[in-house]
Amino acid sequence: MAGIIVDDRPYQVDERENLLQACLSLGFNLPYFCWHPALGSVGACRQCAVKQFRNEQDRQGHLVMACMTPAADGTRISIEDPEAKTFRASVIEWMMANHPHDCPVCDEGGECHLQDMTVMTGHAYRRFRFNKRTFRNQDLGPFITHEMNRCIQCYRCVRLYRDYAGGRDFDAFGSRNHVYFGRHEDGTLENEFSGNLVEVCPTGVFDDKTLMPHYTRKWDLQTAPSVCAHCSLGCNTIAGERYGTLRRILNRYHNEVNGYFLCDRGRFGYGFVNSEERIRRPKSRPSRDGQTIPIDKDMILRELGPLLADKPSRIIGIGSPRASLESNFALRELVGPERFSLGLSVRDAGLNSIILDILRRGPAPSASIHDVEQADAVLILGEDLINTAPRLALAVRQSARQQPMEIVDKLGIPRWHDAAVREAAHARFGPLFIAAPYSSWFADIATETYHAAPDDLARLGFVVAHELDQAAPTASTVNPTIGSLAKRIAAVLGQAERPLVISGTACKSEAVIQSAANVAWALCKTGTPAKLCYCLPESNSLGLAMLGGKSLEEAFSIVKNGAADTVLILENDLYRRADALSGDAFLKTASKVIILDTLEHDTTAKADVLLPAGTFAESDGTLVNNEGRAQRFYQVFPAEADIQESWRWIRDLAVASGHPAQPNMTAWNTLDDVVLALSEAIPVFRRLAEAAPPEKFRMIGQKIPRQTHRFTGRTSMHAPLLMHEPKPVKDPDSPLAFSMEGYLGQPPSPLITHYWAPGWNSVQALNKFQSEVGGPLRQENPGVRLIESFGKRTVTYFTDAPKPFQALDHGWLILPWYQIFGTDELSARASAMAERIPGPTLMLHPEDAATLRFKAGERTELMLGNRSHRVPVKLDAAVPRGTAALTIVSDFTDAVLPAWSPLIRVAEP
Amino acid sequence: MERPLTHNIKPRAEPLWLAEYEKAGGYESVRKALRTMTPEEVQKLVTESTLRGRGGAGFPTGKKWSFVPMGADAPRPKYLVVNADEMEPGTFKDRLLLEGDPHQMIESMIVSAYAIQADVGYIFLRMEYGIAAARLRKAIKEARAKGYLGRNLLGSDFSFEIYLHTSAGRYICGEETALLNALEGKRAIPRAKPPFPQVVGLWGKPTIVQNVETLCNIPHIITHGVEWYRRLSRGKDGGTKIYGVSGNVKRPGAWELPMGTSIRELLEEHAGGMKDGFAFRGLLPGGASTAMLVEEHLDLPMDFESIPQGGSRMGTGTMIVLDDHTCPVGFAQNLEHFFAQESCGWCTPCWEGLSWTERILQSLEDGQGRMDEIDVLTMHTKLLAPGRTFCALAPGAMDPLQSLLKYCRADFERHIHEKRCPWRDEPNGADGARTWPVSSSMIVPTR
Ligand SMILES: Cc1cc2nc3c(=O)[nH]c(=O)nc-3n(C[C@H](O)[C@H](O)[C@H](O)COP(=O)(O)O)c2cc1C
Ligand code: SF4
Ligand code: SF4
Ligand code: SF4
Ligand code: FES
Repeated sequence: MAGIIVDDRPYQVDERENLLQACLSLGFNLPYFCWHPALGSVGACRQCAVKQFRNEQDRQGHLVMACMTPAADGTRISIEDPEAKTFRASVIEWMMANHPHDCPVCDEGGECHLQDMTVMTGHAYRRFRFNKRTFRNQDLGPFITHEMNRCIQCYRCVRLYRDYAGGRDFDAFGSRNHVYFGRHEDGTLENEFSGNLVEVCPTGVFDDKTLMPHYTRKWDLQTAPSVCAHCSLGCNTIAGERYGTLRRILNRYHNEVNGYFLCDRGRFGYGFVNSEERIRRPKSRPSRDGQTIPIDKDMILRELGPLLADKPSRIIGIGSPRASLESNFALRELVGPERFSLGLSVRDAGLNSIILDILRRGPAPSASIHDVEQADAVLILGEDLINTAPRLALAVRQSARQQPMEIVDKLGIPRWHDAAVREAAHARFGPLFIAAPYSSWFADIATETYHAAPDDLARLGFVVAHELDQAAPTASTVNPTIGSLAKRIAAVLGQAERPLVISGTACKSEAVIQSAANVAWALCKTGTPAKLCYCLPESNSLGLAMLGGKSLEEAFSIVKNGAADTVLILENDLYRRADALSGDAFLKTASKVIILDTLEHDTTAKADVLLPAGTFAESDGTLVNNEGRAQRFYQVFPAEADIQESWRWIRDLAVASGHPAQPNMTAWNTLDDVVLALSEAIPVFRRLAEAAPPEKFRMIGQKIPRQTHRFTGRTSMHAPLLMHEPKPVKDPDSPLAFSMEGYLGQPPSPLITHYWAPGWNSVQALNKFQSEVGGPLRQENPGVRLIESFGKRTVTYFTDAPKPFQALDHGWLILPWYQIFGTDELSARASAMAERIPGPTLMLHPEDAATLRFKAGERTELMLGNRSHRVPVKLDAAVPRGTAALTIVSDFTDAVLPAWSPLIRVAEP
Repeated sequence: MERPLTHNIKPRAEPLWLAEYEKAGGYESVRKALRTMTPEEVQKLVTESTLRGRGGAGFPTGKKWSFVPMGADAPRPKYLVVNADEMEPGTFKDRLLLEGDPHQMIESMIVSAYAIQADVGYIFLRMEYGIAAARLRKAIKEARAKGYLGRNLLGSDFSFEIYLHTSAGRYICGEETALLNALEGKRAIPRAKPPFPQVVGLWGKPTIVQNVETLCNIPHIITHGVEWYRRLSRGKDGGTKIYGVSGNVKRPGAWELPMGTSIRELLEEHAGGMKDGFAFRGLLPGGASTAMLVEEHLDLPMDFESIPQGGSRMGTGTMIVLDDHTCPVGFAQNLEHFFAQESCGWCTPCWEGLSWTERILQSLEDGQGRMDEIDVLTMHTKLLAPGRTFCALAPGAMDPLQSLLKYCRADFERHIHEKRCPWRDEPNGADGARTWPVSSSMIVPTR
């Protein structure tokens, strides 16, 4: 700690910070633009000027930029000094000279850092009387709008896009007061994190294009804390609604998880909530070949109740890795654990539970995204992170900056001094080894990459582990290439202070997952505290594995054997989980197929009864992310009449059936009841209730409003539909209210519905919610990590290293090629995504293509699960010989991959 | 009078190529330093010589070098970068040295690199200096062929290589850290200091950036010694200085003279005084970014210690003279136009402040000036002070404006009262010469 003096009063601050950060943490309102807690200082905007005094005698002082000055012990500054205030107001005056001054019609208005800072400095009168400079805007693709006239040249966008996220197709062009921030030509921003420009830009240059078709003033959004539903990382979000449609997603700061940033899938994938293909009413299909007809909720319950009551032992429940823990648990309770299937194939369920087992067994603990950023040596085994866990890829980019920090520290450069840090580190990246079947641009900073078939990747892992600890089993017949690579990797990981091994389910290979564990364990055993990070396929994959249940094959055979005939499917499209033939057979054999889901899909097309489930935006629930952290998401807006949480439907079904097996269930009225039952039923969930405050939680007796205190139209927004003002809908499940009334201060972190503080209307009001700017939130509740392996010391290595991959003469091993845009079932249905989703493609090694006489762009025929497909071929030398990678988009699923298939060139007419 | 820096230079003649250059004593300092001196001894000599940087800031060269990490564990490679960007309006002294004696530049670089144990040298050359580029290229080639560049120079274990880089043509590229960014292929914006380039410079490595003229002093210091060198000067700082005079004087030009030669001597003896019919109003002593001096300052010696007594800076030591036929407001407008255009666009006070001042000055010239905007100009001269802007460009831009407002305030006000530029509509020169505005080729380098 350091003692500093601000306007003649002493304060204690963290001496590793700069004065701006320190002052903001102390609660001072010091304006700034170019500094960002995650991007550091560069001293460009000159907005944060304060007066610094050399000592007590110095009365004159001199202006310094707070963001560029260390908070060293004994520093004396004044924020209130008239000269400093004048200077800060002048900086705004300069910025405003060219600014359009169209706040009333600006998309950013009311949520604009420039507005806030302008008011803060007191600049109010316009003296600049000349013409303003104007720019031509660009079409930057489906996600981001561009309005360059609003730019104040703070350089945050380029620093985020290029320096932080590694993007290349965006830059600052030109000079003087004419710097242009954009692409070299119109076109879609390629970087997967482009959406963060919306929040990082302090004015309205970049805005969320998906908001525009249903634009609403940002203070008119009803918002709730949520958790991203589109991959296993569980990034925290704030989701906003108006007039019954979900309108945008913002980042919700979580110090351990996503920090300040989201990926574009998570930010722009929400559109499925508003989809035309939503299931909005209960429906039944009187005849299997016919159409569905809407049916009244009570009627369908009356119809289904007796069915479930009559033959409870004839029901099979199929859960889902994209449904909440509570909904899955409700289903499990309804049908009984013996009749509960995870809705995943043996193979896929197995992969998830191996990961769970590894994380439980230890000794390597699972890494949070924050831990990943801090890692100083990383080995990735089998994952193409940018596509399977995008936010993690961004974190790995930051981890690569850790080792060069040694140089930076040695030179005495403070870590917040971003420009100097980057100059000193100069294009040096810390160790990052990527071993994966194929490459993405993200490998640009890799120390070494190794592309091989899954079995060979696993073998590499085994050999690395063996290099680290001779007691760890190695692989047979190791070739010199793998042998020496493994030595280099082992040497680097062994010397690191915080090594990390990342792997996951992308290769669909147990051995890959196990080999990653062996590496981390070997490190732990030899005294290096390694962490492990596994990427799973979906938002609740790990939670579902914790819950446990039968595989889909088992469910199929129960029905096939006639041991059950009624199927209740929870939020799951079986055609994504199994090959089409088994799916068809199963759905056909079952006499009653009841599906609870949000969107129509191939499975719902075969259902006898459809019940409308709430999406993440219309329900509350808990998801367990890839590190084992249980996090609560909250309902954003009251659902349409018949839509409700899946667990409530299941509860209703239980009630309707007068279910004798589970008398408790019928008494479930709130989410807390389900959470309590779950935490009592299954030991791993015993702390589940700690993930978020219970419904009864109040701040000074009040609920926390979802609407801002500036929310407009409360009494009039429904006027065209209703004469009277409807009563606010009650929320029985959470301490949040569908209202603008309630507690206005800061709630515990899981309940933050939006960031606002007096004078701070933009997302940067977040500063006021952090105990220390850039650090943890005040009243932080980071969710609960349900598994911890600290303290465990014993290591039992996996022993089954696979044999070397053997290419076949006439077949290729088809591997899944996941896509950030397109693979995730729900976000792929968001209309904004359409333009970004690639067409089905098969990626092949050029030499393999040559033997087949393929040219790029030609189509091939391949056979998967007895079905033939035709897809265009793309050539890429990174793809291992003998394998090919197939995009998992549109109808293609990874359920049947990897699989061997012949490739036959399609003769085009 | 000795002219060590320019004694090889003959106006409008080819420079001395290697053989003649060697015959004239060239590369003697390389032999002496590499064979008989340690790097530390060369550094010590330079410190004792009291040589100060000729690029504008006048920082003591020996002191600058002392920050370079030396010894076996110093980061490598280390770099020596010659700042030959010379885009300061009114300044053409480095051009003289580069075109006139390219081998002197190479020799200077070798001995200086030896002193700081630099491995690689770059010459960062102003875009428009095509002749200098060609001559330097030839000189580098000759030197390399003769073994003055490359591995193990003169059989020592010192190796050194030189590369010529021609700039894309921005004034800010002359600011030493922006220069380094430009050399790295990045946007030419300055870097924050600390860390200083001596420690974290080009590609993150220890780097010395030095002005052409500064470096050209080094060989002579080594060959002739400190005593001799200090005696060349009339003032406290050692050596000679290449002074320049431009404007409506009889003989504009550049001369190598003892450091500390007075302004009056420069103006009246060497430049031959004002052209007939032109009266002296003031001068910017060291390039466009220095404050104007007037009659009362003419007896100040031109050196780093004395010029500040007049409220200005020695800068590059090449002065621009303002006469009575030239509108001071137009003069200011022209200068601010240059600076506003050359702002790198990094820090707000500069990128918008300079543009605003330029537009106010233009509106004065157009007869649309307003009294309250004189205050806006004054405000800028106060706000754009060192430390408040990111680099010295903006404060440098304010120096002439601030002094013009001080010495020519009445002229500014006349523009407002008369709603026109008095110089534009009423040529008042005896010979009718209309010199408004200051000819653009003089202030703004032609492209
Ligand atoms: C805007 C700006 C432009 C500059 N241009 C030049 C230049 O063209 N040549 C030069 O030698 N120094 C220039 N300088 C000064 C350099 O930053 C630096 O101080 C100098 O190269 C150091 O060399 P010296 O110590 O030998 O003078 C400029 C400085 C600024 C702020
Ligand atoms: S576009 Fe936005 S973030 Fe980028 S420089 Fe302009 S104001 Fe800053
Ligand atoms: S990384 Fe995953 S959880 Fe995070 S925003 Fe993207 S899709 Fe959502
Ligand atoms: S003062 Fe001007 S030239 Fe210097 S950094 Fe700021 S904007 Fe760039
Ligand atoms: S925030 Fe400090 S200079 Fe921009």
